[in-house]
Amino acid sequence: MAECVRLDSSTSTHTMDKSITLPPDEIFRNLENAKRFAIDIGGSLTKLAYYSTVQHKVAKVRSFDHSAKEASSDKLYEISVQEEVTARLHFIKFENAYIETCLDFIRDHLVNTETKVIKATGGGAHKFKELIERKLGLKVDKEDEMTCLIKGCNFVLRNIPHEAFVYAKHADSEFRFQTTQPDIFPYLLVNIGSGVSIVKVESEDKFERIGGSSIGGGTFWGLGALLTKTKRFDELLQLASKGQHTSVDMLVKDIYGGSYGSLGLTGDLIASSFGKSATANKEFSQEDMAKSLLHMISNDIGQLACLYAKLHNLSRVYFGGFFIRGHPVTMHTITYSINFFTKGEVQALFLRHEGYLGAIGAFLKGAEEDNPNQYSWGENYAGSSGLMSVSPEMNPMQRARSGTFDMLEMDRLERKLVNLPLLQDPSSYIPDTVDLIEDALAREYWLYCFEDALDGVVKRAVASQPDMPEAAERAEKFRQKYRHKLQTLRQQPFAYGSLTVRSLLDTREHCLNEFNFPDPYSKIKQKENDMALKYYQKAVKSLDELSWEERQFALVRGVLAGNVFDWGAKAVSDVLESDPEFGFAQAKQQLEERPWLIDSFDRWFERLKGPPHRCALFFVDNSGVDIILGVMPFVRELLSRGTEVVLASNSGPALNDVTNGELQILTERIAAMDPVIQAGLSEDRLTLVQSGSSSPCLDLSRLDKVLANVVRERKTDLVIIEGMGRAIHTNYYAMLSCESLKMAVIKNSWLADRLGGKLFSVVFKYEVPDGQPSQDSAAS
Amino acid sequence: MAFNGHQRDDEGIDEDETPTKQPRSDKEKPSDEASASAGRAASDRRTSNSTARLRSDSVKKTRPPFPWFGMDIGGTLVKLVYFEPKDITAEEEQEEVENLKSIRRYLTSNIAYGKTGIRDVHLELPDLTLCGRTGNLHFIRFPTHDLPVFLQMVRNKHFSSLHTALCATGGGAYKFESDFRKMADLQLHKLDELDCLIRGVLYIDSVVSSGPSECYYFENPTDPDLCAQKPYTLENPYPLLLVNIGSGVSILAVYSENNYKRVTGTSLGGGTFLGLCCLLTGCSTFEEALEMASQGESTRVDKLVRDIYGGDYERFGLPGWAVASSFGNMMSREKRESVSKEDLARATLVTITNNIGSITRMCALNENIERVVFVGNFLRVNTLSMKLLAYAMDYWSKGQLKALFLQHEGYFGAVGALLELLHPS
Repeated sequence: MAECVRLDSSTSTHTMDKSITLPPDEIFRNLENAKRFAIDIGGSLTKLAYYSTVQHKVAKVRSFDHSAKEASSDKLYEISVQEEVTARLHFIKFENAYIETCLDFIRDHLVNTETKVIKATGGGAHKFKELIERKLGLKVDKEDEMTCLIKGCNFVLRNIPHEAFVYAKHADSEFRFQTTQPDIFPYLLVNIGSGVSIVKVESEDKFERIGGSSIGGGTFWGLGALLTKTKRFDELLQLASKGQHTSVDMLVKDIYGGSYGSLGLTGDLIASSFGKSATANKEFSQEDMAKSLLHMISNDIGQLACLYAKLHNLSRVYFGGFFIRGHPVTMHTITYSINFFTKGEVQALFLRHEGYLGAIGAFLKGAEEDNPNQYSWGENYAGSSGLMSVSPEMNPMQRARSGTFDMLEMDRLERKLVNLPLLQDPSSYIPDTVDLIEDALAREYWLYCFEDALDGVVKRAVASQPDMPEAAERAEKFRQKYRHKLQTLRQQPFAYGSLTVRSLLDTREHCLNEFNFPDPYSKIKQKENDMALKYYQKAVKSLDELSWEERQFALVRGVLAGNVFDWGAKAVSDVLESDPEFGFAQAKQQLEERPWLIDSFDRWFERLKGPPHRCALFFVDNSGVDIILGVMPFVRELLSRGTEVVLASNSGPALNDVTNGELQILTERIAAMDPVIQAGLSEDRLTLVQSGSSSPCLDLSRLDKVLANVVRERKTDLVIIEGMGRAIHTNYYAMLSCESLKMAVIKNSWLADRLGGKLFSVVFKYEVPDGQPSQDSAAS
Repeated sequence: MAFNGHQRDDEGIDEDETPTKQPRSDKEKPSDEASASAGRAASDRRTSNSTARLRSDSVKKTRPPFPWFGMDIGGTLVKLVYFEPKDITAEEEQEEVENLKSIRRYLTSNIAYGKTGIRDVHLELPDLTLCGRTGNLHFIRFPTHDLPVFLQMVRNKHFSSLHTALCATGGGAYKFESDFRKMADLQLHKLDELDCLIRGVLYIDSVVSSGPSECYYFENPTDPDLCAQKPYTLENPYPLLLVNIGSGVSILAVYSENNYKRVTGTSLGGGTFLGLCCLLTGCSTFEEALEMASQGESTRVDKLVRDIYGGDYERFGLPGWAVASSFGNMMSREKRESVSKEDLARATLVTITNNIGSITRMCALNENIERVVFVGNFLRVNTLSMKLLAYAMDYWSKGQLKALFLQHEGYFGAVGALLELLHPS
């Protein structure tokens, strides 16, 4: 994986975009291929969902026919860019006032739709039914609101990591995202619209409205409009956030003079909401009354939610509905109330895509024949506008951005993603090492770093498509889009869930793909693979000449030195430009001498003296020297020891990481030169699988189902993770239920500094899970 | 409540009489600065006085001297119970100090005190035997914000010279403790309000035998035509859920007289009803607010299930008449302009009452208790709320829960405080 590097030429301008009103054609992306529609019309917002196919370019590698000997001097494989059609879900949120404009636009641009029906839900569905049918010529099919809501909720909880968060107003990071639980059920959904519905969800299809309350968002709005001169919901919340409820509410201390000690009721507790306003001749400020009202309603809902959670023994309680919808004030008061009533036993959870639940659910109802639940889906960071805080103080971007539209796009991943079966505790697994929402210092550095590296990425993207004159223009659009994302994240780190180095990298990949740069490194990878292959035999030969003991160390050093090779890392790219063999030797010299920053080599060495592992799962990193001269000899040794090897590589391209397609070809070529690899392949002891990911990082909770099956069938007892992206930015703290080896070279000074090392420091982390007898004792 | 409001002629005499009959010289006449020291002096004298009396009658040993009061100082109302002995012997009459007589006369010969003090005559318990004495128990209330007026009167009547302990409960017993000391030279004996409440409920229920039954319920609460108030015998009361609706609400699970816990509470109580009504309608008293509510129509203010779904929301078993969003119709400007103050008062009452019902029902389920007793002054002359509560309990629990009410609604804390005076626990 490549790190971002400082480029001196970088002069980033931090001017914020002025008020842009996004034209509908940028909102309704891929509309011409829309296959299916669903609409959720609420009191003030309309949410439209459509499913369409997206044609985009993908890089494919194809092996030349090497039986014809003359090809051997030529390139290793052929790279072609092909058009691929994938499925994408689009969700757009806009104010009801725009509905007619939007419907007109859809009608004018709809080309390929097969459907004759539009699924509709939400309170406003009947109001606009006639309009939709007339404008679009589609039949409106109404779906039950609650069913849609629950369906949508299940969908986002299952498919979007970090969908749910805890809100903590006074914490360093207001948004604390929750890790995705392997089992999302059972949970309580408290939907606060005009009234409140409390729904217990036990499985995909089993849910029950166990209760509710008439005191909800409508009460806040209705009573608020009567008590103040403010008639709009958002403005009432604004008023409330400025008020002091203590002048209107009767507190415990107003009755007791202090606290009510024997019951543990503190003096500041509200004893009677509006208790002080029971007098005819006093004026109360609008702000104070609005605040008191907000407290009264939030507390009441929180209390009821707790009572229901207790009665049904549920600890996961999600809150949604227009009363919540990203409003920090209401999230805070609800959170406070839940904490108070459950003494911290239940946490109030909120959802990033809460506003889309109904639309998603309605869409899923209509798409049941497409089996959307059979696939995994992933949020497309390039096409989604992300969570925006509604509070203007918190969100200076709000006005810069068009406040009128919000978007969410989800890609259908062609493969079902599951947990790695070897995770010690899937429910507590967090892939990312540093949460940049919490760690402001790290956030500042990485956001700066990614912005700084942008010029280089743009340059590389243009260079990767020399035959396309418009590449420069597309690359420029990519630059704008990604820079805008970075700026958004600077303002709202929580926009896409947890902000991590991984999410920054993934966002960049999504944006590159968006502008048809499917694999900017393809040619570099090709050249590098080609050159490295030439030295494979020589490298293996020199390793074979070493004693067993010397070889074990040399193999590890080889993997580490190979990992130094990284086109993204400025520090090494110069060396690479010249002579790779020389480079490899140099890289070994660059490596830190033992003892390494993290050094459990001695334990690993002892372990190797013991019985061979049954099967090793190896998550590989870069192409070229890394995979060919570093990883392959290591794999060869494992095979020779009698250990089966599963090589897991990316399904799609990401930076200079070797993809599964490339690795297939490389392995074949190596097999042709190396009988050990050859035997491994033919005896099915060496297997290549794809990880299901196209990220430079690794999320062990979202891996290809096939990989998981192979791991299980082969009784894998060793997991090897290589490289910064997979072993440091992610999985550094991952606990596995079998032995594991994490190897990486730190190629970023800032990070090295943070970990207490220096540039090219080595992390070699060999771990044996607690309770498992260390096998090296058996060997001695 | 203006206790010194000169309602009756004899009160004027009291005021004049007191200083002269008082065994105190004029120079000791309390003023703000001198009251503390004057009080001490007075109580020294009283001690010797009472010792003499106690010697004369052994039965009296366990009995505190008159007057017997119990007080509950809430957030909105002060509740006072007063035991008027009717078996005073001639000898006693002779011994009785003049200001004790004057207090008795003042309290029993009036039904209203000043502008805001009221004696609930209909609740009076006659011929009650307490600690071997027979008399009438009187129930008096006045707004907490008039407490200074009350204290002034207490001071003017030299209550402190009687040297009886004043047992008080409610938050005000704590908040105003120093006011009692400074303004009226009285040391309050502070008691926990929930202890008093439970003690009071159990006591009153046990002593009321004649007249209307203390405990009652509504038969056929779901049928407005057949709905009727029926007596209920709280013979074996435990476990019961006791819901005290004052300014705020406390919900207690009671397993025996001494074993209870506060399950939860809500700040949406009587104070919220009155407070919101004052803001929404410009009214100023509970009675006014209730009167308006009785004439209004909440369905013009609230959004009902049928307003959203056209009828029942069958999928979830929600009837069309159920309120989906309290004040939900008030989101629309036209509807805001078309509702009356009476409608708003009614909606406020219904909202608060239903919410209490809803929280109570959840507590009953969580605590596994089927009997719910509602008390507190929010229910005073508030049949509307009582019927709503009875209905809500019955309907949403499908007949599992029974809502019970007590005649002496808001006075149990004060009664409990009086009992503490007579039988310290």
